[in-house]
Amino acid sequence: MNSVGEACTDMKRKYDQCFNRWFAEKFLKGDGSGDPCTDLFKRYQQCIQKAIKEKEIPIEGLEFMGHGKEKPENSS
Amino acid sequence: MVKYFLGQSVLRSSWDQVFAAFWQRYPNPYSKHVLTEDIVHREVTPDQKLLSRRLLTKTNRMPRWAERLFPANVAHSVYILEDSVVDPQNQTMTTFTWNINHARLMVVEERCVYRVNSDNSGWTEIRREAWVSSSLFGVSRAVQVRPLPKHLLRQPRKPRRRQRRQHWQLQRRPRTLPARLPPSSSSSNSSSLCSQPGPLPLPQPTRHPWAPSAPSFIVLYY
Repeated sequence: MNSVGEACTDMKRKYDQCFNRWFAEKFLKGDGSGDPCTDLFKRYQQCIQKAIKEKEIPIEGLEFMGHGKEKPENSS
Repeated sequence: MVKYFLGQSVLRSSWDQVFAAFWQRYPNPYSKHVLTEDIVHREVTPDQKLLSRRLLTKTNRMPRWAERLFPANVAHSVYILEDSVVDPQNQTMTTFTWNINHARLMVVEERCVYRVNSDNSGWTEIRREAWVSSSLFGVSRAVQVRPLPKHLLRQPRKPRRRQRRQHWQLQRRPRTLPARLPPSSSSSNSSSLCSQPGPLPLPQPTRHPWAPSAPSFIVLYY
């Protein structure tokens, strides 16, 4: 899959490969420590944050999981 | 005004397979409208949960009436954020997805909870909730009607009303055949239908709607 920053696609794919292996073989089996993909992730993030700023994608200041406020369970 | 949807479904795969596949979702032939996918934040919490934020860009496919009303929106892709929490100890995953642009036109928020199926531990069930809203006057109704699932729009067939017999119909005597007149010499000059040879056609008896041969069970159920 492509990255939003064209220059970041290769870094993204390398990171995804590393992450998917760690996620299935370690994390889901209860071993969440020792993430071997940290360096790859740092380089990927530097590239992607630059691309997000250039494209002015408004991801800043958005609370995790949608503000965490209660949502109505019916139409209003 | 917010429209709420709730759906539940089951994937016939184990929870760990579903969670692993979640990160390998794109690209796929059913999501050609998804253009890019990026992880913009990720961390493992002290209680061993994985928090992630994924940025997706999708094509902006609007109905024609919306393209005419909002030409400035046509050129821009849709940016979507998907936050997720993976909890391997409880074998659950929760995601929250929403669009961060085109929000003036419509906001769609979706929350999904993935957990082990209560009937079959080898399966995974998904509880999916969605909220669709629009703040634009006049657009909100069209925006909310359109995403309604098709099976909710189909109107149920009304059961056929049982025909009520009128009082005079119940009291009506059956018709009798007129007596056949002997042929007369003057009959050739008459053009009246009454002198035509042969019996008059009898009226067909009215079939009762609950007659055993009528497919009444089809009328009742739709």
